[in-house]
Amino acid sequence: MPTLINTQGVVEDTALTPVTLKEWQANPSEYAGKELELSVNSDETVDLFGADADQFKRICIDFPKFADGRGYSAARLLREKYGYKGELRSTGDVLIDQLFFMKRCGFDTFALREDQVLEDAIAAFSTFTNPYQNDVQDQRPLFRRRQG
Amino acid sequence: MYVYDEYDQQLLNERVAQFKGQTERYFAGKIAEDEFLPLRLQNGIYVQRYAPMLRIAVPYGALNSAQFRKLGHIARTYDKGYAHISTRQNVQFNWPALEDCPQILAELAEVQMHAVQTSGNCIRNTTTDEYAGVIAEEIVDPRPYCEVIRQWSTFHPEFAFLPRKFKIAVNAVPTEDRAAIAMHDVGLNIVKNDAGEIGFRVLVGGGLGRTPILGDYINEFLPEEDLLTYLDAIIRVYNQFGNRKQKYKALIKFLVKALGMDRMRELVNEEFGRIKDGEGKLTQAEIERVKKHFTDPDYKALSDEPAELVSAREENKAFARWLDRNVRKHKKPGYAVVTLTLKKIGTPPGDITAEQFDQVADLADEYSFGELRSTHHQNLVLADVEQTQLFALWQKLKALGFATPTLGLLTDMICCPGGDFCALANAKSIPISQDIQKRFDDLDYLNDLGEIDLNISGCMNACGHHHVGNIGILGVDKGGEEFYQVTLGGNSGGNKADDASLGKIVGPSFAREEVADVVAKILDYYVAQRTEGESFLEVYRRLGHGPFKEVAYADAN
Repeated sequence: MPTLINTQGVVEDTALTPVTLKEWQANPSEYAGKELELSVNSDETVDLFGADADQFKRICIDFPKFADGRGYSAARLLREKYGYKGELRSTGDVLIDQLFFMKRCGFDTFALREDQVLEDAIAAFSTFTNPYQNDVQDQRPLFRRRQG
Repeated sequence: MYVYDEYDQQLLNERVAQFKGQTERYFAGKIAEDEFLPLRLQNGIYVQRYAPMLRIAVPYGALNSAQFRKLGHIARTYDKGYAHISTRQNVQFNWPALEDCPQILAELAEVQMHAVQTSGNCIRNTTTDEYAGVIAEEIVDPRPYCEVIRQWSTFHPEFAFLPRKFKIAVNAVPTEDRAAIAMHDVGLNIVKNDAGEIGFRVLVGGGLGRTPILGDYINEFLPEEDLLTYLDAIIRVYNQFGNRKQKYKALIKFLVKALGMDRMRELVNEEFGRIKDGEGKLTQAEIERVKKHFTDPDYKALSDEPAELVSAREENKAFARWLDRNVRKHKKPGYAVVTLTLKKIGTPPGDITAEQFDQVADLADEYSFGELRSTHHQNLVLADVEQTQLFALWQKLKALGFATPTLGLLTDMICCPGGDFCALANAKSIPISQDIQKRFDDLDYLNDLGEIDLNISGCMNACGHHHVGNIGILGVDKGGEEFYQVTLGGNSGGNKADDASLGKIVGPSFAREEVADVVAKILDYYVAQRTEGESFLEVYRRLGHGPFKEVAYADAN
């Protein structure tokens, strides 16, 4: 079992109605009025569901392998292009050394792979103090934040 | 050159600490081998044939003497006393121990150097013209834009795990392209529009490797303040839709090919339109801030052709030859741009020893405001030398072995480390370069041949850029034996940015001992066919591939 964390520590999971993109697209009305958790795989790019993102209380983006970086763009587009305000969770091959990037791209919970050391994982969220780029947390790149 | 402020330094220090922690976790068995792989790659560490290779970033080829001494120190302390200048203007160490790498990176950080993103499927070191800032022909100094790109690409949160590596190059000279931008994932050609505003003609989808393709224009004029958001848009499209199933189809050039340039442009423009006026837009204040790091040094008021230079040239033929070949006109009267050729016979192209690092650093301090550059041709440049000092400098360079007057000539080869070092190579490349250096060691003959690019790669990954050599040599494996394929007619940039071309294979490959003979036959034919002043490439393009192919196999032993 993966360990569910946010940037502070372990969090309790909340039960929602799980649905895959295929299931939901096949029959959206079946899920009306339910609190939904959408799970997407990394082939399911956000252009396929971004416009409907607000239908879901939580969206889980799968990282089939840590080296598959599509989920970063997916999260960022959901937050910045589609204005998604719900919970974004990274699932699958979620390792310590991806966490800082994931946080910056707009994920707020992380299904940390079970073999990963919790303390190291929490520490990884503060790897860099002032990154160069803008991100979901701060729309200003360093050149708009730099003093003097 | 760019000097770090507290933000830059803090980021780099945090990177050093991050990698130290990762390495400790790896040695403690908390990170699996395959999961440590991208972490060490993004810190410049490959595992090679005999030992790890550590590739140090030299952003757009800019170095100062303190950094150069530090590289010498690392070569001496952690390696076997030498290093190698790569075709991405970087510096490679071939023998460090993995355990030492965190400490090496900590020492490099003291002089604002690092190995960030010099490998891995991320945005790599941005390269540019080695003569940036000191030649009159450029539209504007490209280095500030390269630095802006460096900062934007460093630890980019979204683009650390792209389908494949991503390389950007910048050229600012209308009549030449030393940065070879058509061979890059993104090539930026700095232009000025009718209103006098600076912008970029943007090429996308170029690259060498096993499927060489020249980049094509996706945008004819991108205003300078749109640089970063446009790059974000291109790479965001690539990150989502690039091929992740087949490694050999994963570069952006395959996405551009699959979508077609029109569709690619449409997708990029759609995303760019969304973000272009957001907070990510580059500001004039930032461009100015970075430009302040690249202002002219304290040049004296001097004139060209001082008397001591004129008389030294008349009295010393070897000096005159070096001046003609390795010294270039500077934008300021009385100054010159000097290239140190790392192509001495008997030394692998681009290799430099710890002692030479120190000695060149001293020369940079004495003759060129303490700065130097590394080049895509695996040479070094002292960019601001007073003409009155050229004779003294030449004597010192000769003693160092860096005054071989062959810049741009046949034996100024580009050559990858090849099978002597690299685990990917199919064949050795350094011995081929040495065969050619020995065979063609007559300076009069080399000068008579004129400028020719001869590029050697030990495998189809093409680190030696064989596809764009006028003469290209590629190591291939045939039943466990090393053979060499010859290509003709490649050109990395030539006289204008649109002049790049890919070489064509002459035919069946040759054994190692045949290669120098084949090159000789091809050159003899060129000399016989040329008209006054006609270059090898021009003759090849005029006569076509056929006759050269015939000559290459004539009287084959």
